[in-house]
Amino acid sequence: MATVKEYAGAAPAAVASAVPRHQIVAFLAMLGILLVAPFFVYPVFLMKALCFALFACAFNLLIGYVGLLSFGHAAFLGSAGYVSAHAAKVWGLPPEAAILLGTAAAAVLGLVIGALAIRSRGIYFANITLAFAQMVFFSSIQAKFTGGEDGIQAVPRGTLLGVLDLRQPYTMYFVVLAIFLGGFLVVYRAIHSPFGQVLKAIRESEPRAISLGYRAEHYKLLAFVLSATLSGLAGGTKALVFQLASLTDVHWTMSGEVVLMTLLGGLGTVFGPVVGAFIMITLEHSLAQIGSWLTIVQGAIFVVCVLTFRRGVVGELARILRKPL
Amino acid sequence: MIILRILVLGVALLLATGPAQAQISDGVVKIGIMNDQSGTYADLAGPGSVVAARMAVEDYGAARKGLKVEIVVADHQNKPDVGSSIARQWFDADKVDVIIDVPTSSVVLAVNQIAREKNKALIVSTGATSDLTGAACSPNAIHWTYDTWSLANGTGSAIVKTGGETWFFLTADYKFGHDLERDTEAVVVKNGGKVLGKVRHPFPTADFSSFLLQAQASKAKIIGLANAGADTTNAIKQGAEFGIVRGGQQFAGLLVFLTDVHSLGLEKAQGLLLTESFYWDLNDQTRAFSKRFAERHRGAMPTMAQAGVYSAVLHYLKSVEALKSDDGPKVIAKMKELPTDDPVFGKGRVRPDGRKIHPVYLFEVKKPSESKGPWDYYKVRATIPAEQAFRPMDQGGCPLVKK
Repeated sequence: MATVKEYAGAAPAAVASAVPRHQIVAFLAMLGILLVAPFFVYPVFLMKALCFALFACAFNLLIGYVGLLSFGHAAFLGSAGYVSAHAAKVWGLPPEAAILLGTAAAAVLGLVIGALAIRSRGIYFANITLAFAQMVFFSSIQAKFTGGEDGIQAVPRGTLLGVLDLRQPYTMYFVVLAIFLGGFLVVYRAIHSPFGQVLKAIRESEPRAISLGYRAEHYKLLAFVLSATLSGLAGGTKALVFQLASLTDVHWTMSGEVVLMTLLGGLGTVFGPVVGAFIMITLEHSLAQIGSWLTIVQGAIFVVCVLTFRRGVVGELARILRKPL
Repeated sequence: MIILRILVLGVALLLATGPAQAQISDGVVKIGIMNDQSGTYADLAGPGSVVAARMAVEDYGAARKGLKVEIVVADHQNKPDVGSSIARQWFDADKVDVIIDVPTSSVVLAVNQIAREKNKALIVSTGATSDLTGAACSPNAIHWTYDTWSLANGTGSAIVKTGGETWFFLTADYKFGHDLERDTEAVVVKNGGKVLGKVRHPFPTADFSSFLLQAQASKAKIIGLANAGADTTNAIKQGAEFGIVRGGQQFAGLLVFLTDVHSLGLEKAQGLLLTESFYWDLNDQTRAFSKRFAERHRGAMPTMAQAGVYSAVLHYLKSVEALKSDDGPKVIAKMKELPTDDPVFGKGRVRPDGRKIHPVYLFEVKKPSESKGPWDYYKVRATIPAEQAFRPMDQGGCPLVKK
């Protein structure tokens, strides 16, 4: 992954104990927009975008900061969705327990897949994750509890912690927003911690990190599991938002879509994946009329992005401002 | 006495103001046509259903009657997640009052759930699952054109009675295929037939070779195709390459539309038995309607699914006008109350469980020598009267009609 070296933000030399002011401003701006947005924009659309933004942030943790291109992240998103939906519908668990269970399932799956996948690197790593994701996909088609093509439908949203009625669109929205912000801050904290510094060191040169005494395998596995867990959190939440868990979320195209979101927003930037996810979901939403032609539009965008602004939207912005975003 | 009179007057006033409160939301009746615009089921419903819906709005004379009607269209790509997010947005944000058409049973059930939750209306024409008037029946939904039970009852029993007593099922692996297989198997067994085996194929599939080989190896006389659209035509075409029909086995297309026969060609499709509730060449009315339809749809005759959309939109608008409201469950209730009458299905009615009933026909596909021209494909083998063509209400297990 030599290309990843050309990432946007300059890594701070010392471990950042204080968060740079412009990042606080950017975060507050994002928070402000997301707080008022549901009163102007259709909430379900925003919730979908937020779930994908969290998914992309989790993915970015791996590709942007460890330099591992996973091509199987749909497995975590989708299987967590199935587990959460099943828990909420069949076992009748409250939403918080259902989402946690889905997240835990993704974490376990991440541990199993990660332990095997991180032994390889580059294109082999991408292929192995893809292979595992395809296994998860075919198990989802065949397994009884996933409902095959039908998916798990009519998942009850329930009441969160016994007080918040999630059937109300605004309540659901702010719960999703809280989950997103939680996940976002976890990612932020991880990449700005000593742990994150080691990850970046591994990305730049794994042999050098090992020679400095770091057990690179452990760090990579931990990052992989963290990424899988947060993807699972996004998947479980998404299943409750749409009251549906379906094959779309475990299909390999979903793994491709998250790569595109991250790339479009800006690889290895804090806010990039969020912006990328919102751009992609808006596109999907406004171009829904053209049906399967959407894939071609997405492909064209991918080509344009790689050819003209390789750092992504936020990455280019950071370059102009000369500040990491 | 005076008190009594005042009381009567009061009640009368109350009753009089009742209907006045009901009204058309935002002054527009918004109809959402949701189907597959470009995939496996695009030919049999797709853009043709939109043409049919527009014809119904014009024929009803909505503009002349001062009723503002708007039609919106969406492609659900046969995916439950896409369909349910479209339905949610239509009901929440776009003020759609009724969703009509909806092929793909898995999507039907997802949308049915949402229509009920949002208190809107759903009329299914292309979707087939008989659960829509059974376990999943709802006061917000009507099943219009046909269902898996009526197909099994038509094609299945006709084939068993003419000697096809051993069956092997090739089933699309989702709600629709499962239901069609279940309903047909029940009919086969009831008529003394036997099911030797079944195999489920992913939906949609382009390569049927391994499934066809299993069917061939089963030695069953009849290979029942519990799938639809391009899946059915692909299976039949590839079956010809494996020499299945030459080997003495026969295909039973359990759901075959006119457009499927058109794409197969009479050479391959001849002799197929199939069940439909509409064919363009049934009588003067259907011929007149279909001719007008074909003029607006690149010369293609309507399938029963598309004709069903026309009939459904017509009856929906009639009921909205009678009720002077487009409130979901109220219109559905009104639609059940009013008798139906249209050039497509003739006279009929909607049962309390949401099942629209009309006669259903068993057709046989003509030999190339019998066909007089393009689209002249079917001859009528039997007519099943409306009351017998659909599952009796007490057998569906619909909670709405349980006493």
